[in-house]
Amino acid sequence: MQVLRKVGVPILAIVMFLVAWEFLVWVNDWPNYKMASPSDLPPAFIKYGWLFIEMGWQTLWRTVLGLILAVLFGTFLGMLMGFSKLMRDGLYPILVGFNAVPKATLVPVISLIFIGQHDFNTVLMAFLISFFPIAVSVGIGLSTLEPEYRDILRSLGASRFTIFRKIALPKTLPEFFGALKVSVTLAFIGTNLVEIVSPHGRGLGALFKSGETNGDYPLMFAVLIALAFLGVVLYYAVVALERIFAGWAERPAG
Amino acid sequence: MTNLIEIKGVTHAYQTASGPLPVLKGLDLSVPEGEFCAVVGPSGCGKSTLTRLVAGLMKPDVGEVWLHGELVKSPRKTVGMAFQNPVLLEWRNILENVILPLEIVAPSMPRAKREARARELLDLVGLTGFEGKRPSELSGGMRQRASLCRAIVHKPDVLIMDEPFGALDAFTREDLWQTMRDLRAQEPFTCVLITHDLRESVFLGDQVIVLSGRPAHSQYVLNVDLPSDRTIEALYTPPAAKMLAILRQQIQIAQGRDGGAH
Repeated sequence: MQVLRKVGVPILAIVMFLVAWEFLVWVNDWPNYKMASPSDLPPAFIKYGWLFIEMGWQTLWRTVLGLILAVLFGTFLGMLMGFSKLMRDGLYPILVGFNAVPKATLVPVISLIFIGQHDFNTVLMAFLISFFPIAVSVGIGLSTLEPEYRDILRSLGASRFTIFRKIALPKTLPEFFGALKVSVTLAFIGTNLVEIVSPHGRGLGALFKSGETNGDYPLMFAVLIALAFLGVVLYYAVVALERIFAGWAERPAG
Repeated sequence: MTNLIEIKGVTHAYQTASGPLPVLKGLDLSVPEGEFCAVVGPSGCGKSTLTRLVAGLMKPDVGEVWLHGELVKSPRKTVGMAFQNPVLLEWRNILENVILPLEIVAPSMPRAKREARARELLDLVGLTGFEGKRPSELSGGMRQRASLCRAIVHKPDVLIMDEPFGALDAFTREDLWQTMRDLRAQEPFTCVLITHDLRESVFLGDQVIVLSGRPAHSQYVLNVDLPSDRTIEALYTPPAAKMLAILRQQIQIAQGRDGGAH
């Protein structure tokens, strides 16, 4: 019963969303070039089935690679800012400023610097767009560690590294995973920005672009659905990791 | 009799934006081995600073802190600490929380032995059956019991407690006073207890030190003349009432120096 509810409720919600979408298109009598309806999508998926798998894989691995880099770099920056007030004061304005720059404006810049390096550019953009939340959350998690937590181990003569490993790191994990969930969806935006804008690109973004060029509107919407699907999959992968490594932070409901 | 803790002429000030803020001035304090020293004083008079000095977490500007005949310059493994906030680690169960200091102090100790030691203490404070629970599943009083076990699991010479029962309701607090008394009977240690509760200081202390207002020095020392296996009822006898009256008067004097507030 519990499992049925857990799986059934989201599926029901999705079905209701699709029905509402279909109804909206039908009631307004919108043609395909204005807005495709859900019933147009299966033919598009079947027609380009193999392309979806190939391009979906391209998008997925670049996004994941960008995310991994973002986690490494973001955690490193977060540690710098969490442990040193000097670093925090120095780095924060730069980071916030950098994050405020719309990443779409960076696409032509990056494309010019690394001409033709499509894979590299895509991964780089996924990384650039997604490391900020991780750096900030790790930094805040470490800098707001209550002094008593440190004192318990420090009064026993524990080294800074031991305190980090036994206390600071595990205590920051819930914040870290919270940020990673945000970063996952951001990283997809980064990947697709480059895939859509770059000529002769690959990945789902490029498939979207080709749908636009050929006036194949159902294909464009099908790509959007595929992207949403990948985003959900990756999001729940993070949730699974969170359960394993920071499951203790979850309180029983009620 | 040797003094396990010896504080001599300690003066300390914190550097703040508006200049140095003196918190301790010429503080002397000595605690014989095995004795329980309760420290009371007005709010913000530097009591917590005192705990950090004894723990070796900071060094005084002037003066010396001696533990076991050695000058304290840095943290030592022979100290245990408990705070008002039990600061249990949420990602560990109760047993693993109690074991934590042993991982630092005695890394080569076999796991089975560590666990046996932790279970023994948990049994003493009445937490048998809760070893596998998360801290969030326990009540405030139980968490504080676990925190006490963690503070003494490595058999420290000195137990330093900074208002450990301050956030508990009155009845739970009295329960924990008795737990503390029973623990001491089983596990001898020298103890410094910072508290705001005069009854607590008389029930648990062998001596009660009244600190003056900031910058604090030792204003008054009261030797508690009650048997060591005293009961809560002993607090309602004439000798205890007299001691409490003296302490209350001393606190008022201390507050008067603080500018006559309250």
